[in-house]
Amino acid sequence: MWGALLCAVTWKVPGHGLPLGLPGQEPGSLSAVSTAPSHLGTGQERSVLMVVKMSSSDPECPQFLFVKVLASRGRLEAVTQQMGYHPQYLDSFLKTQHYLMHMDGPLPFDCRHYIAIMAAARHQCRYLVNLHVLQFLRAGGDPQWLRGLEFIPPKLRNLNEINKILAHRPWLITKEHIEKLLKISEWSWSLAELVHAVVLLAHCHALASFVFGCGCEQDEGLGGRGSLKPLSLGNQCFCEATAGNSCSQELLRINRKRSLDSCMELDSLRERMQRIHVETEGRDEMRLLQQDREEGLSPLADTDGEVTGATNLACYMQDPDFGYQDFARRDEDQTQVFRVQDYSWEDHGFSLVNRLYSDIGHLLDEKFRMVDGLQSSAMAKRQGCEPSVFKRGIWNYIHCMFGIRYDDYDYAEVNQLLERILKVYIKTVTCYPEKTNSEMFDRFWKQFKHSEKVHVNLLILEARMQAELLYALQAITQYMIS
Amino acid sequence: MEKMARVTTALGGNALTGRTMFCHLDAPANAISVCRDAAQVVVAGRNIFKIYSIEEEQFVEKLNLRVGRKPSLNFSCADVVWHQMDENLLATAATNGVVVTWNLGKPSRNKQDQLFTEHKRTVNKVCFHPTEVYMLLSGSQDGYMKCFDLRKKDSVSTFSGQSESVRDVQFSIRDYFTFAATFENGNVQLWDIRRPDRYERMFTAHNGPVFCCDWHPEDRGWLATGGRDKMVKVWDMNTTRAKEIYCVQTIASVARVKWRPECKHHIATCSMMVDHNIYVWDVRRPFIPSAMFEEHKDVTTGIVWRHLHDPYFLLSGSKDSTLYQHIFKDASQPIDRANPEGLCYSLYGDLAFAAKESLVSSDSNRKPYIGDRRHPIFFKRKLDPTEQFEYISSCSALSVFETDVESGSMDWFVHTAKQYALAGRPLAELCDHNAKVAKGLDRNQVAQTWTMLRIIYSSLGTVASTNLNHSMGKGSTALPLMNSFNLKDIPAGLGSESRLDRSKGESRTENILMDSSSTLINNEDNEETEGSDVPADYLLGDVEADEDELYMMDHENPHAEEQEYSLPQEAFPLRHEIVDNPSALDHLQDKADSPHVSGNEAETVGQGRLAPRQRQRGRDGVADARGVLLADLHLPLALREPPALRLLQPHRAGHAALLRRAGRRADGRVRAHRAGGAHPQGDRRADAGALVHVLHRPAAALPALEHLQRGDQAEHLPCHQLPQPGFHHPAHQLQQLQAAHEQQGLDLRQVSAVCQHVCRVSPRGEGALCLVPGLQPRRPPAAHHEVAGDQLPLPRRLWPSLRVHLSPPECT
Repeated sequence: MWGALLCAVTWKVPGHGLPLGLPGQEPGSLSAVSTAPSHLGTGQERSVLMVVKMSSSDPECPQFLFVKVLASRGRLEAVTQQMGYHPQYLDSFLKTQHYLMHMDGPLPFDCRHYIAIMAAARHQCRYLVNLHVLQFLRAGGDPQWLRGLEFIPPKLRNLNEINKILAHRPWLITKEHIEKLLKISEWSWSLAELVHAVVLLAHCHALASFVFGCGCEQDEGLGGRGSLKPLSLGNQCFCEATAGNSCSQELLRINRKRSLDSCMELDSLRERMQRIHVETEGRDEMRLLQQDREEGLSPLADTDGEVTGATNLACYMQDPDFGYQDFARRDEDQTQVFRVQDYSWEDHGFSLVNRLYSDIGHLLDEKFRMVDGLQSSAMAKRQGCEPSVFKRGIWNYIHCMFGIRYDDYDYAEVNQLLERILKVYIKTVTCYPEKTNSEMFDRFWKQFKHSEKVHVNLLILEARMQAELLYALQAITQYMIS
Repeated sequence: MEKMARVTTALGGNALTGRTMFCHLDAPANAISVCRDAAQVVVAGRNIFKIYSIEEEQFVEKLNLRVGRKPSLNFSCADVVWHQMDENLLATAATNGVVVTWNLGKPSRNKQDQLFTEHKRTVNKVCFHPTEVYMLLSGSQDGYMKCFDLRKKDSVSTFSGQSESVRDVQFSIRDYFTFAATFENGNVQLWDIRRPDRYERMFTAHNGPVFCCDWHPEDRGWLATGGRDKMVKVWDMNTTRAKEIYCVQTIASVARVKWRPECKHHIATCSMMVDHNIYVWDVRRPFIPSAMFEEHKDVTTGIVWRHLHDPYFLLSGSKDSTLYQHIFKDASQPIDRANPEGLCYSLYGDLAFAAKESLVSSDSNRKPYIGDRRHPIFFKRKLDPTEQFEYISSCSALSVFETDVESGSMDWFVHTAKQYALAGRPLAELCDHNAKVAKGLDRNQVAQTWTMLRIIYSSLGTVASTNLNHSMGKGSTALPLMNSFNLKDIPAGLGSESRLDRSKGESRTENILMDSSSTLINNEDNEETEGSDVPADYLLGDVEADEDELYMMDHENPHAEEQEYSLPQEAFPLRHEIVDNPSALDHLQDKADSPHVSGNEAETVGQGRLAPRQRQRGRDGVADARGVLLADLHLPLALREPPALRLLQPHRAGHAALLRRAGRRADGRVRAHRAGGAHPQGDRRADAGALVHVLHRPAAALPALEHLQRGDQAEHLPCHQLPQPGFHHPAHQLQQLQAAHEQQGLDLRQVSAVCQHVCRVSPRGEGALCLVPGLQPRRPPAAHHEVAGDQLPLPRRLWPSLRVHLSPPECT
């Protein structure tokens, strides 16, 4: 159907940053005319008309997906462009997001978007908030609600508590929270609705991490700073179809050059990787976190003042001071640790979520498997280790920050694999995404290609989402048992 | 020879004795295994590793294998297995990837023997060779299977699953060299231990992880697998391609399967999530478990038959930190509780009702049913669907009620929809109003029902009678008061509550029965007779789900009538809106103005228009009027019991969750059907928890009548008489049907678990689709129907029930 597709795309009206989409535009329509803010222009109004001929029938090429998104949503979001580096993943991500937001489900459409707003607001992610405010209104939501939590029905407001907990300290969620929401009352939630809401919350929290991690937020927030390379990617992909591959090759060249610059760092990384196999450290995962503390990995308190615009979103939040706290800092009580071997996504989470909100389990499962299977052979080759080892290290490190432990993982590996500066980045993006700043983004990771940076951000996104889901679903399971 | 020897040692002496018993463990169990002498059991988990001896009356702790001060992850067991040849040999799989063997013959306190640290990730399963003492096999999350010779320090061979996690490994009982491995991606592989380079066979068994497998103990080459997709499948490995020969659909992901000793077709299963029960299935009868153990309070993690050749003792460990011995004679048998009844509408609105013969009274006034000539022949019958149930010695009666074509006029329905008020006023007023409306449309029985509702819910007796009279007085003079609860008939001293009591009201019910049936017979040709008119709970449609609340109100608040009544929040399936206390009335008016008719209301049409000239067949059918009466009576009867009692279901825990998910709407539905069991002639046992299973399939899919029927015999053995127990997903029925009949055009397009709707293609083709609401009996509308797109010009909260919309009746 998409085989030979003519797509006319128009960009115009930059400035306010709020694109006018085409409501009701179906993904199946053959051509899409869309207005979107120009990332190309100098700020002057100008329109670009491009006719893209899609002759490729490969459904995995990013252009194909971009056109699909553009046609269905009326715009191409920065997040989509970023993920375009990994088309297989993008496809799976879009399917899930579409299902969550726009398909049959227990929650009404406007509420879904409002929940997304609430979730994104916890991380002061104006990019996502703006996006969903628009969609909220388009779905027929009550504009009054946008004035803040005071103006929404108590039922939705009750969700705020678990929103807060899941966003920052998911390990605190208990079956009492679930009980409270489900208790029969005028504003009680049904189990299906709650599960839908929980998946939405986790999705948006994790997506906020991705947005900050990839710098999409800066673009949106500061009105087209335009300095970030990634944003031109989307355009380049379209160019590629018309003007040959020059642009993308340009990009590749830049990346390659950059990676050459960082050969030094690479070598050291490789060394560290090899040392792992030699050294045998004690398998004490708590040491990892202690080391984190000593290294001052959870700092950044001083950058607090930098976050502006929090006032805008404060209306969607209660208890804005509630933030991430080191899991290990609480106490050394081992029993509190979440053991994946006792409650895992594959064995337990999937069955529960799929039972209460049909099909979402399969979509999430596919997404988790997809990110696990993403090939970054170049990265692995250069590091001289198996890609799976590196990925697993990042994944387990993220879960470890939320108190989720794998019996079969030696946490000493993390310290060997991940240099300090990478750990700072991962920790910031995972736990305090709003504190990611552009210097951080530029400063480290010079040894990675941009697509690899995106890849690591995807790992953060998925690991974080799974961590939140595991805690929430475990609480729901305990509620159901009792 | 080996086998023979074991038999004699085991059962030669004394047969096993014991009773159902349990003991508390200190921690949740992950797996259990028995010693070959059937007198000891080992329990392993994250924080427990103990051996218990099984005494006559109790479990006695024999040995704690967790020794040492520092808790080591090597003790955190994911699996445990006891060697079936050597009583001193045990192996455990640790969550940190270590495989440990234990020698109970060691004199020291620490019985740990060998430690294999070759796996990089959690080991999910360990398995001893059935006849080889020193051979141990392990399967791990890291995608490798390793074979160990216990006389050596390292593994002797490694089998690669291509980085796909291994969930279970089992040595074949028949072939010395073969073992089966199941994988997280749904595959099953067969390996030859002599050839570690590649698998012998591979096939995809499940959609999603295959958690477990078990070889049939009797040399049959059968392999049972259980997966996250909630299926248990039995594969015949004797053929060149693995062939699925049986499939059992359970209600939750399958964690363990274990063939029952000495019973060729029996298999025990337990689940990993939500459902805590253990089931023993006869794989030939996949819809209902043949036995069920319901003791555990959390998921069952390990099941094992106590002895290789004794089918009556089952041991189980659970996350609830208990160890149980189940005795087969104490098992609950869901089949005893299930009422084999089926109800189905045909394409043309005919209603077929099948029930156990003992439940329906005999009636000489029956005609044999010759089948409906109108039905196109699209069922290619490959085999007799009842064949598989031949060994079940129960027969049932089938009644078919034909729909009167002329009664298809829908005007009254539109009027009803427009004039009814369901919210915004006190309940009493609403009932009065609606009674009046119904009356005005010549639907006396409905009017009666409204009046009854008023009596039941808005007052306690005294006011009721006046109201009744008042309401009736407004109507026309000649009222066929067929089955109203005329207060004068009721002996004094009984409150309105007890009057409706099923058991006490038995004689009363029979009177009604006589009344109404005679009325019907007399009026056989009178089109106006609405003898089988809309049963109240169907009429109420969505309101039905709120009987509980109404009922409660009755108890707690005698002045409920004064309150303004509004539809409670979940009266409509809340799928697309949570606004601040919306005025339900508005929505209803929207609905009335709309040309579309909700699926629920469409049912009303079907239920209501059974013509009096119903044909019956066989010697034991339901008398027409009785069927009718049932419909009319079942609301009050259903209301008599608190909901918990009404849902007498085998899958208690699992279904509780299901019901919670489906919301009280579903609850209401079940209730409504169950009331069908309140047949006046029915035996009381059945009444207590009778559950009518409604199967969704075209009437033409019922077992071929000509085949079953010779002469005037009323017997048939419908294959649907034993559906899955309890509240089941209608899609499964359709799937079964599809498989059984190879029906073309019947297609599961879309099954939404939330609204329990099934989308199916009309058997007649024409590109028409219809959405069948979950468990509700419904009649496909007379006109064609189609699936509406998402752009229905209707309030969104009405969407789920409005997917089916009728085109205006084409009056013939």
